[in-house]
Amino acid sequence: MFSEYTSSELVSIFAMQGFAGLILFSVFVLMALGLAIIFGQMGVINMAHGEFMILGAYMTYLTSNIFSNYLPGFYGIYFFIAMIVAFLAAGSLGALMEFSIIRHLYKRPLDTLLATWGISLIMQQTFRSVFGAREVGVTIPDWMMGSVPLTEMVEIPINGIFVMCLTVVISVSVYFLMYKSRFGGQVRAVVQNRPMAGAVGINTEKVDRVTFGLGCGIAGVAGSAFTMIGSTGPTAGQLYIVDTFLVVVFGGASSLLGTIASAFTISQAQSTMEFFLSGSMAKVLTLLTVVIILMLRPQGLFSLKIRK
Amino acid sequence: MFSVSDYSVAYGQSTVINNLNMQINKNEIVAILGRNGMGKTTLMKSLVGMIQSKSGSIKLDGNEICNLKSHDRVSSGLAFVPQGRMIFSMMTVKENIETGLTTVKEKKIPQNLYELFPVLEEMKSRRGGNLSGGQQQQLAIARALASEPKVLLLDEPTEGIQPSIIHEMARTLKKIRDERGLSIIVSEQVLSFALDIADRILVIEKGDIVREDLRDSVDQQSVAAYLAI
Ligand SMILES: Nc1ncnc2c1ncn2[C@@H]1O[C@H](COP(=O)(O)OP(=O)(O)O)[C@@H](O)[C@H]1O
Ligand SMILES: [Mg+2]
Repeated sequence: MFSEYTSSELVSIFAMQGFAGLILFSVFVLMALGLAIIFGQMGVINMAHGEFMILGAYMTYLTSNIFSNYLPGFYGIYFFIAMIVAFLAAGSLGALMEFSIIRHLYKRPLDTLLATWGISLIMQQTFRSVFGAREVGVTIPDWMMGSVPLTEMVEIPINGIFVMCLTVVISVSVYFLMYKSRFGGQVRAVVQNRPMAGAVGINTEKVDRVTFGLGCGIAGVAGSAFTMIGSTGPTAGQLYIVDTFLVVVFGGASSLLGTIASAFTISQAQSTMEFFLSGSMAKVLTLLTVVIILMLRPQGLFSLKIRK
Repeated sequence: MFSVSDYSVAYGQSTVINNLNMQINKNEIVAILGRNGMGKTTLMKSLVGMIQSKSGSIKLDGNEICNLKSHDRVSSGLAFVPQGRMIFSMMTVKENIETGLTTVKEKKIPQNLYELFPVLEEMKSRRGGNLSGGQQQQLAIARALASEPKVLLLDEPTEGIQPSIIHEMARTLKKIRDERGLSIIVSEQVLSFALDIADRILVIEKGDIVREDLRDSVDQQSVAAYLAI
């Protein structure tokens, strides 16, 4: 499949597709971060995670509409506000869901799976009723349009760079929150030994609620980034949830670095292969590679070494 | 000051702690002696709220704490060093101690904790799981003391610890009691350690206290008889 291109063309294609995959990578990283935080914390697989992302995307859409209707002069900065709105909306809905439903189902993995799946259907229908079945999109502000030429053939899209930087900032913040802050210490203590964490004075239920909200809030931010590469529809979240599971499993659920590396590998592989093959063929190949690697390293790409 | 009355704990249908009564005074060290399977761990865990109790009451400074969650019992003054230590092995020594600060205003590890256990300061950036058994025991005690307890519960602290360190541990615990004026309840199978540390010795048998002696008037042979297999 590479034979019809010269080698310098190939390098450019790989580079271009690589940069084009930046936003996809960012969406994966943010989604996977949120999912991994929730799974790592309470062993809950949040089937509604894609819908929290879409909630964030709709919030971004709403914010952009408000800006273009009432504050057109400030349209350039709508995205920053939109992210905050998306984070808060998805985060508080997540915390509410934990408080009203999930916490009653801990230690019943199948039930939480079903419950979160049910919630995802409810959310989809709510989106449909509120925003309509048609897909909606946002107008990207002028300063994010266009691209920076790197060489004659390679160009980097500006919104890609922007979303990428944002993802780096969020990932670094999550890292500091989890590994350097008091709250992070409490989260990790609960993950390692819940009864003991309670017995040293940690309010494990509160930690659960905040963590769940945080994971969903990050999915909301992923939704903001998502508006730049796709249009938002009620069921768009479903397409992303499988990929995100893939990223988390591939990276090794307990490792932040693993999640990022795995999101990078998978988004780049898909983006590059999509240029040469059809999208579904690219997916099949990615999936196959992941399965083979997981057979060799069941614990995921990265895992901590510790004396038991 | 701390009293447990008509206290029962059960796993499903099998009652392990049966109408138990005990109390401890401020500044006192009490040892609960008993063979394996007599209910020491069950008692300790349920006192700190890790296991639900069936009936009875636990009073700390006159306040009923039996209906509180673990973390609320810790904020009202209880701290626990479990059997097998249960430190957070993936977290550093410093982070482990910090988890104990959750219920108190103090946000930095007090220097006097490191003075009690200098080895913990040397190793503060090591992962807890990479410490030796004796060091982990010190870490578990430091973590418990960080929450500034009024009553410290220790479950078989000598288990799996070298004899030379056991004596050192007894001295440290007495020092902690003297400096902080707290009360200590320690469960044990090792009579010599109990005699070394305790003011009063209780014997637990099938989930009930069957014997009580002051340290100074204890008949060692009859207590030892309860510990023989
Ligand atoms: N999780 C459990 N479920 C059911 N029975 C238990 C459990 N843990 C302990 N037991 C039983 O309770 C009794 C007391 O055990 P334990 O409190 O561990 O004693 P000790 O600490 O004095 O060795 C034993 O008979 C033991 O088999
Ligand atoms: Mg025991």
